[in-house]
Amino acid sequence: MKKLFALLLAAVLVFGMVACGNGADKDMKVGFIFLHDEQSTYDKNFIDAAKEACEKMGVTMVQKTQIPESQACYDAAVELIETEGCEIIFADSFGHESFLMDAAKKYPDVQFCHATGTQAHTAGVKNFHNAFASIYQGRYAAGVVAGLKLNEMIANNTITAEQAKMGYVGAFTFAEVISGYTSFYLGAKSVCPTVTMDVKFTGSWYDETKEKQAAQSLIDGGCVLISQHADSMGAPTACETAKVPNVSYNGSTAAACPETFLISSRINWAPYFEYMITQVKEGKEIATDWTGTIETGSVVLTEMGKNVAAGTKEKLDSVIAGLKDGTINVFDTANFTVKNEKLTSYKADVDTDAAFTPDTEVVENGIFQESKFRSGPYFDVRIDGITLLDENYG
Amino acid sequence: MADMVKKTKEPLLHIAKRDDITGLKAWLIRIAAIAIGLLLSGVISALLTGASFFEVYEIMFTGVFGRIFEGKTTMLWRFLQQTAILLCLALGVTPAFKMRFWNCGAEGQALIGGLAAMVCMMKIGNAVPYPVLLLIIVVASLAAGALWGLIPALFHAQYRTNETLFTLMMNYVATQIVAYYVVYTTAGDGSGIIKPVATGNLPVLLGEKYLLNVLVVLMLTVAVFIYLKYSKHGYEIAVVGESQNTARYVGINVKKVIIRTMVISGAVCAVAGMLMVAGTDHSINTNTIGGQGFTAIMISWLGQFNPFIMAAMSGLVTFLETGAAKVADSFFLNSSYADIVSGIVILFVVGCEFFIRYTVKFRHNKKGGNA
Repeated sequence: MKKLFALLLAAVLVFGMVACGNGADKDMKVGFIFLHDEQSTYDKNFIDAAKEACEKMGVTMVQKTQIPESQACYDAAVELIETEGCEIIFADSFGHESFLMDAAKKYPDVQFCHATGTQAHTAGVKNFHNAFASIYQGRYAAGVVAGLKLNEMIANNTITAEQAKMGYVGAFTFAEVISGYTSFYLGAKSVCPTVTMDVKFTGSWYDETKEKQAAQSLIDGGCVLISQHADSMGAPTACETAKVPNVSYNGSTAAACPETFLISSRINWAPYFEYMITQVKEGKEIATDWTGTIETGSVVLTEMGKNVAAGTKEKLDSVIAGLKDGTINVFDTANFTVKNEKLTSYKADVDTDAAFTPDTEVVENGIFQESKFRSGPYFDVRIDGITLLDENYG
Repeated sequence: MADMVKKTKEPLLHIAKRDDITGLKAWLIRIAAIAIGLLLSGVISALLTGASFFEVYEIMFTGVFGRIFEGKTTMLWRFLQQTAILLCLALGVTPAFKMRFWNCGAEGQALIGGLAAMVCMMKIGNAVPYPVLLLIIVVASLAAGALWGLIPALFHAQYRTNETLFTLMMNYVATQIVAYYVVYTTAGDGSGIIKPVATGNLPVLLGEKYLLNVLVVLMLTVAVFIYLKYSKHGYEIAVVGESQNTARYVGINVKKVIIRTMVISGAVCAVAGMLMVAGTDHSINTNTIGGQGFTAIMISWLGQFNPFIMAAMSGLVTFLETGAAKVADSFFLNSSYADIVSGIVILFVVGCEFFIRYTVKFRHNKKGGNA
């Protein structure tokens, strides 16, 4: 026992001496609250952007990972402010919102920014802000790549035009996901008019087994191309095994799935982080409800996989240019029907209330104006050509 | 005699049961175990982070207690709150454990209690006066938890079902019911998040949100201590735990004691759920108890079923978990680091019980033959 103690003490002294000066003083601290840690692709996307933005802006990043969507989020914000002295607090998950807003009310001098939330534009809490990105633009562009791949399969007689059916693995039957798969489908349809799509929901944002099973059952059901809105590698690996092309999300899966990876879209949060830091540094107000676009660099597409159809690069570039200059509108009502009719009017639940009352007319000039009245998606229309094989609300 | 001993080869080490250990010595061993565990995890932390050993502990301490020396007590309150909830769950399972009834269902009992509170807050929040509402919330929560304890107890008493498996499975049932309720309530937007409800919140005492929670658990701690140590019920529990046959022989109705104790066990666990839902989050999801119901099992054992020692152990585990998470965040390590650090200390604490119950003897000196 004595020997063990002596050994440990010696070790302690050694490490005690190698103290390194880690606290390089920077003038500003920004606190980040993450639902999980880097092991989740969703949070990793935020963490990487935060590191990049803080590095670039010369501020200190302080993080709290594994913070559940509960009072723990409020406590984390308090810690970041009281112990660390952060001037901006950012939280990355939908369910953090109410608790973060409580903290915003308590600390009016600190700025609070929240991704994917819906309440800032009606709450009237001056230092509380929402942000999102029009990821539907990225999904639309990725859908174009998928459509071109389908065209190639039709041209090669691998499938007939009628067999051009895609599969989509979604997390929940929730506006964010509905908006995502619909824009993906519309992108594909813009180049391959006969395309249809089946959707399956897993009821979880991260469940590798369920996502894999859902992708497999879509493939078994005749889907010749798969995409997904869930955070694990489940669907891409199922596709690689079955040799079915895959459009990924939140980053390239080319390394793990070299044969089947086509392209991936993701939200790049760095532009928003740089924006909020700049605003605070310069003493300006942060927008209550900020929407990043493909134009602001908030929506990005990864490199393409090696097996995309010929000519994809040129088409993709022109689509991205069209999205940027506004000549392409993803939810143009001329391009889809609902129960075989054109959508001329739609009331969405933009202002959050307990009863989920539709309150705002969102079809203007023949376009469903997604992310215009609020950054968080509200497109939840079931359009023709897409079949929901199941539904999952939580 | 001496010749015979010499012929059989004696192993280098052998283990013998010891029953002569004093309370003081046992506690010295336990404290030493905690100290060694902390030292070792500190060394590992220093190796992983490149920071100094002392810096790691400083970060841990600040992560848990914040700038307490500058008079900021907010973080202390968070620590007390987390400790209190964990302790409350441990207090819940303890009467059952003392009876040797392995209640592994604290998670579910707390969750279903929390759900009962949530339903009351949402459905009748505006229908009845506040004091009545609070009373209904308390009764509903306790009843729900008691029911979750009663079901496995009834089956055990009547059909001798395995209580460990049964209570574990009841956790899943509770989780799924909560999942269903969340989906049902949020079907309008499909977000799966119930926004905090303003009605039926437990009162905030002296402007400190967690004070009531801490006070409730403090009172429960004393109550459970007295119940187990000085009441007739407590005595019956101890006898049933020692030997059911003895209990029957002295005229204790074993079935009745099992059922009664599990009802109490479930109800106390439900208090934790109620405090989390009505007193803290004002919302519920399947993660509201967050696995603390399982940590509580360990707390109960570590505390030797003594509520006051359990309180200290809850504090230790909370400190380790919060502190290690802070170190992980400070050095951009992932959550596995926190699990490793708290795992090391807990391993030492659990492992030292071996050295309290047994002694390791080295081979006797060859020269003397009899040492």
